[in-house]
Amino acid sequence: MINLLLRRLALGVVTVWLVSVIIFAGMEVLPGDACTVVLERDAQGEVLENCRKNLGLDKPALQRYLDWAAGAARGDFGLSADGTTKISTEVALRVKNSILLAAGALSVGVPLAILLGVIAGLARDRFPDIFVSTLAIFAMTIPEFVTATILVLIFSIWLGLLPAVVLTPADAPALEFWPEFIPAVIVLVMVMVAHIMRMVRSSVIEVMASEYVQMATLKGVPYWRIVFRHALPNALLPAINVVALTVAWLLGGVVVVEVVFNYPGIGRMMIDAISDRDLPIIQALVMLIAATYVLVNLVADLASMLLNPRLRTLKMRAK
Amino acid sequence: MTDAVTTNIPADRPSTLRRWGQVFRDLIRRPSGAIGVFLVAIHVIVALISPWIVPYDFKTMDSAIILAPPTAEHWMGTDALGRDVLTRVLMGGREALWVCFLAIPLTMIWGGLVGVYLGLRGGWVDEVAMRLVDAFLALPGILPLMVFVFVFGAGNEVLIPTLAFFFGIPVIRVARGATHDVVARDYVLAARARGHSRASIMRRELLPNTLDVMMVEGAMRLSWMLLTFSSLSFLGFGVTPPTPDWGQMISEARVYMSLAPWGVLGPMIALSTLIIGVNLTADALAKTLGIDRTRKAVV
Repeated sequence: MINLLLRRLALGVVTVWLVSVIIFAGMEVLPGDACTVVLERDAQGEVLENCRKNLGLDKPALQRYLDWAAGAARGDFGLSADGTTKISTEVALRVKNSILLAAGALSVGVPLAILLGVIAGLARDRFPDIFVSTLAIFAMTIPEFVTATILVLIFSIWLGLLPAVVLTPADAPALEFWPEFIPAVIVLVMVMVAHIMRMVRSSVIEVMASEYVQMATLKGVPYWRIVFRHALPNALLPAINVVALTVAWLLGGVVVVEVVFNYPGIGRMMIDAISDRDLPIIQALVMLIAATYVLVNLVADLASMLLNPRLRTLKMRAK
Repeated sequence: MTDAVTTNIPADRPSTLRRWGQVFRDLIRRPSGAIGVFLVAIHVIVALISPWIVPYDFKTMDSAIILAPPTAEHWMGTDALGRDVLTRVLMGGREALWVCFLAIPLTMIWGGLVGVYLGLRGGWVDEVAMRLVDAFLALPGILPLMVFVFVFGAGNEVLIPTLAFFFGIPVIRVARGATHDVVARDYVLAARARGHSRASIMRRELLPNTLDVMMVEGAMRLSWMLLTFSSLSFLGFGVTPPTPDWGQMISEARVYMSLAPWGVLGPMIALSTLIIGVNLTADALAKTLGIDRTRKAVV
């Protein structure tokens, strides 16, 4: 058990390290650097050399990677390409906003998804299931910007109930995003509910068809007792991993939704950084998002290992 | 004892083509499959013939009829530059379909071959490669694509390889898993015992037996790729104007939505029906072939 935990932890660290190498190498390979971006047309001869010297870009790549990685590990990503903002301060602000959005979506979406998934799974191939599953396909496939546009059209333009875009500045306290962030939350909830619900549904179906549920039915255990005592605890365990992927997705910059609603989170910072060719900010954001992804999945794996004794032994036997 | 030598291949074993013909017939017998195939077929046909059936030229502007509501001349109205919306809706899927239909086979081939090879090879090569795959999967979905498009331009010669590369990485994992499911079977063991090379085992035993999983995966990835393509286009990292594209049209028409809501409706319906069609087809294909994708983690 301890060995397994340590191995899983080590894998996470290796993944984060590899991500940092990929990002750094990727930015090296792409044409242009911070100096050519800032100087634009003046980027030639002595000016370019001086700029590179100032930013330390004349050092060998390995040296710069080590400096960058050492800073990143301490949460210090240096200055943005134009040298005006400290990246970590600005990122912290955006992360706070993204967490707010994610928390809103998760607190509504996860309970709703589990409820719908259980209902659909128990009513397999009958009316509630067909209805919910069809809606889920729509929610999963229709692009976020289409759903968002429909929402704005109906609730903001025709009915005038909700604000169409967020006007609150990035550094405002969390409470001021109410009610402006509701449309964004609704769009995110629709997508995530569809994914989690489908997973829960097939998990419920599988467990309800298992021998021990059959056994309980034959023994005469009441239906709802079977569902709540025997089936659901097992059926909901695999949901942990899907929820983890959803959390990672929500924190990983929901670019489209943030752009549509003008929400000042990580996603919009990302797209702004790309348009500004701000390589240091892009590097910092990708690193942060990738590390979050690894961490969230790690936590989910550990949680399901702790909650499900069978997973421990199965995995150990497989090794 | 002369007649003791028999082959294991049953006489009625259908040819590959025949088998997929049968799969297709079973597929369209399902309601979801029938709807899905119908939607996709309509979109493909429209994309193919639209240059000859559209009423107007897609880039001709007319300042006299900016944001005009639907009329007998312009069934879906006109956009902010006075261009006919119906024309642009009919032609707006061509780029998306062209790029994705070319990129998906590339995705499945490179991801599939690498995944099957790793599944068979195992050992340290597999271990190292899978760590790299994990690292790539941790990158935030659409960002690397945006960076590539921003740096190298939005031409198809950039989009197709970039999409194929990044979509192929999760395919490696799926193909590797599918290989693990069959690699311990007796026929693979027999091939090994006969002394077949890895390449031969891959070609004769593994690839044919992971094909079903890969077809379902490919269909599913196609719907996600269309989604990604239109999102890129919506964000301004896709098709170059004036070439019509639904994602871009929605992004432009959104601005005038309170004045001219008809501008967003056409492209929204077209884009959604295409992606839903592909998704329904993929879903029905999975059920026809008896492959349960939902149990696997969505990556």
